[in-house]
Amino acid sequence: MKDLVTTIGLEIHVQLRTATKMFCGCAVAFAGEPNSRVCEVCLGHPGTLPVPNEVALEFTTKIALALGCDIARHSIFHRKNYFYPDMPKNYQISQYDIPVGSRGAVDIEVNDTIHTVGITRVHLEEDTGKSLHAGTGGRIHGAEYSLEDFNRAGTPLVEIVTEPDIPSPDVARAFATELRAIMDYLEVSDVRMEEGSMRVDANISVAPTGERGTKAEVKNMNSLRSVYRALVYEEKRQRELIADGGPVDQSTRHWDEKAGVTKPLRSKEEAFDYRYFPEPDLVPIEPSVEWLRQLREEIPELPAERRKRLAVHAGPAAAAVLTSSKMIADFYEETVSAARKADPKQVANLVANDLLGLLAERSLADTAATPAHLAEVADLVAGGDISKSQGNEVLTEVLLSGRAPAEIIAERGISQVSDTSEIEAAVDNAIAENAGVAERITAGEDKPFGFMVGQVMKVTGGRGNPAMINELLRKRLRPEAR
Amino acid sequence: MDLWQQTGAALAGMIRKREVSSAEVTESVIERMEEVEESIHAFVTQTAPSARAKAQLVDAGEQDFGPLAGVPVALKDIICTKGIRSTASSKMLENYVPPYSATVAARLEAAGMPMTGKTNLDEFAMGSSTENSAFFTTANPWDTSRVPGGSSGGSAAAVASGQAIWSLGTDTGGSIRQPAALCGVVGLKPTYGLVSRYGLIAFASSLDQAGPITRDVTDAALLLQAIAGHDPRDSTSLPGEVPDYGAALQGGIDGLRIGVVKEISGEGLQDGVRAKFQEAVALLEGLGAQIGEVSLPTFEYGIDIYYLIAPAEASSNLARYDGVRYGLRVDAKDVISMNSLTRATGFGPEVKRRIMLGTYSLSAGYYDAYYGKAQKARTLIIRDFARAYKDFDLLISPSSPTTAFRFGEKTDDPLTMYLSDICNVPTSLAGAAAISVPCGLASEDGLPVGLQIMAKPLDESTMLRAAYAFEQELAFSAKPPIWGAS
Repeated sequence: MKDLVTTIGLEIHVQLRTATKMFCGCAVAFAGEPNSRVCEVCLGHPGTLPVPNEVALEFTTKIALALGCDIARHSIFHRKNYFYPDMPKNYQISQYDIPVGSRGAVDIEVNDTIHTVGITRVHLEEDTGKSLHAGTGGRIHGAEYSLEDFNRAGTPLVEIVTEPDIPSPDVARAFATELRAIMDYLEVSDVRMEEGSMRVDANISVAPTGERGTKAEVKNMNSLRSVYRALVYEEKRQRELIADGGPVDQSTRHWDEKAGVTKPLRSKEEAFDYRYFPEPDLVPIEPSVEWLRQLREEIPELPAERRKRLAVHAGPAAAAVLTSSKMIADFYEETVSAARKADPKQVANLVANDLLGLLAERSLADTAATPAHLAEVADLVAGGDISKSQGNEVLTEVLLSGRAPAEIIAERGISQVSDTSEIEAAVDNAIAENAGVAERITAGEDKPFGFMVGQVMKVTGGRGNPAMINELLRKRLRPEAR
Repeated sequence: MDLWQQTGAALAGMIRKREVSSAEVTESVIERMEEVEESIHAFVTQTAPSARAKAQLVDAGEQDFGPLAGVPVALKDIICTKGIRSTASSKMLENYVPPYSATVAARLEAAGMPMTGKTNLDEFAMGSSTENSAFFTTANPWDTSRVPGGSSGGSAAAVASGQAIWSLGTDTGGSIRQPAALCGVVGLKPTYGLVSRYGLIAFASSLDQAGPITRDVTDAALLLQAIAGHDPRDSTSLPGEVPDYGAALQGGIDGLRIGVVKEISGEGLQDGVRAKFQEAVALLEGLGAQIGEVSLPTFEYGIDIYYLIAPAEASSNLARYDGVRYGLRVDAKDVISMNSLTRATGFGPEVKRRIMLGTYSLSAGYYDAYYGKAQKARTLIIRDFARAYKDFDLLISPSSPTTAFRFGEKTDDPLTMYLSDICNVPTSLAGAAAISVPCGLASEDGLPVGLQIMAKPLDESTMLRAAYAFEQELAFSAKPPIWGAS
């Protein structure tokens, strides 16, 4: 049997972070009291007309430019017609044959291999509302009743479709991660998958080299991790089907996060015919050369470039972490400029390991920490005034209260004892108290050494410079080893 | 002469000079409405109390509403009016009260014009006789056994019977001009984009335009002035200054080149219509116009093209009536059945027919052959017009191939009904302007005949000048029998 090859294409929806909706003046926001951000236009009242949001057009064009797309000089909106209760007009204003951008590409590096993923199209459309179908596990069929919330209806949505260029779940996850970072750098979307502001659907097929497989469309992946897990599952499922000689059915499948499996969705009524036709309520989008030039200038340094630049000092691993979001990368660079003693590598470790570790699920934006705070901590650690673990303690407090590190250190009496005589005294003290243990160490046992370090630290009230304690203890107990 | 018998221009002048109050004029119109509505049935909703309140506000004189202040107006019931039900003469919207006003309604409101009621129409403006109203039929004031035309039949009949000084209609493929012609009044369909569509319950978005239905050309110019101009809420509304249409009326038509459109001015016309049209041509010639015949071969395909494009857009525009958010809801066991049952109950047969036609012409596999091809043919019509306008300033034809027909005469045969608009559809497809002005009574039935004057897009001024010159020269003064019955 020939080798089996996996082919993946992604379809990604990104909600734009505009102040108002795509075609009316209602605010764009997440959650909130149902139907509190609606008007006659986004509710599709008779006689209402759409007026395009220029900022949304600008954001979409920037995305297309950042993904290396050709920008259509004359692009139009179409109506996509189908009935669904959360779609106010029962058609979605979308784009069809002439999207804003097409024929782009993004390079993704995974395990030292560069994969070029083609971008088929970047188009702009409006989001639907949300349905809540009661009594049937969320399905419309057989629901006891359905509730509709139109707050989301009309939110500008960008659809990004890739070529089937992705060879593995790994690369798919890396691509989605990179795309999310690009959106973040462009500051056009919140790209929060858990809130639905970024949604990833995938088409995946497996086939012997040179042959065409039957694709499955996988939906409902609510995190980058679930994109990976779902594709790994689906790849394995299809490989097993083929190994068993059975056919792979073309299907739309739902990722069940809890069960860790994809399940076929109840087939929709029949094949959809969306009856696309040009939206007569809108005029074509015709970007001027001047406007495009201006947008190109406004595109910031993108994650790939920045990663390369930061890797020079911070190292590739830290650079990858630091550039995952624009806010963190900015924060890092501002900290580097503010630091006087700490070098970029030390700052990178402080930000990438300590700071991000402490933040866990929180966003940097939700804390009171500033680059000046970080620089101060980094300098204190670099100068040996406080230990790394004390630095971590100070950082924790900075994140909580936003108070200056110096103030926290003074208040808590945090300081590192680096005075040789003071530490020597503590070492003497500890050895006197634990003479038996000291003898075993001198006799060659390694195990109790850590215990002795702890005892010395205890005498210094936890403030002793650990490196010095180690050194002095060794000098006293194993003078011959040196 | 009673106040309700006056033109809008005359009343506006009298109110301005304080010779009469807006309250007196409004009361006169309301009384007239009470008197003859019984036999005409022009109104779906009458709004006398709010009209009286508005008249009082104008009379109080604390605010300058502008030149048309105080003159009452009636609106076709497809124009949304905040707080006043707007039905499109459909069961679907029988109890629908819009939370907002159409731009045209808001502009007339801001101009200080009391609105006395909402007029009947063919359901969702689909029809040529107002017989497709889900509520009742409207009678032609000239002969109450005949239709007023459509779809703006209520607006035309209201103006012709004296129940409205003037009114607004909407025209998608003749819905202002044809009823105006059949009721012996003036009807103007503006250039697509000159008047905002915001708040017009959509039938066919690329064709719909609101426009005035009035007693004379001067009133048409004034009412157009009040509603025309860019609206940021309508992306298809055109930018630019609006000319002074009142000033454009003067000057005559000496030397103006006027083309008689061969394809819609000869064969297939009722004899009396043809005769009156020929007299109109002679009259225009007498005024100094250079008359010539012009052939626009694609006009023959007008109806076919129209019935592919308009229903296609309608099938999408009317999808929103699903019982979920507003309007009629017929409950059922699940959402999909509720949608179906609501639409089955709420739409009348002609609306259903057009939704099906339109859905078909947009379907996968048929799009290219139908909707796509119709759009291409539409550009051919535009080119035909452009060619004709190289040699002519204006084009003319009868406004309708027949005079008003009897109730039920064409209801069994949709195709015959569709042909009522054969003279009007090409201008709609080209997005150009056209006006219908009375040109006499047909000798065989004594019913009014309309002359259609067509102009290049945005050349309403030349069109109005010719219409005005014609109207002055003809001095058509006949009124329907009901006019004297006061």
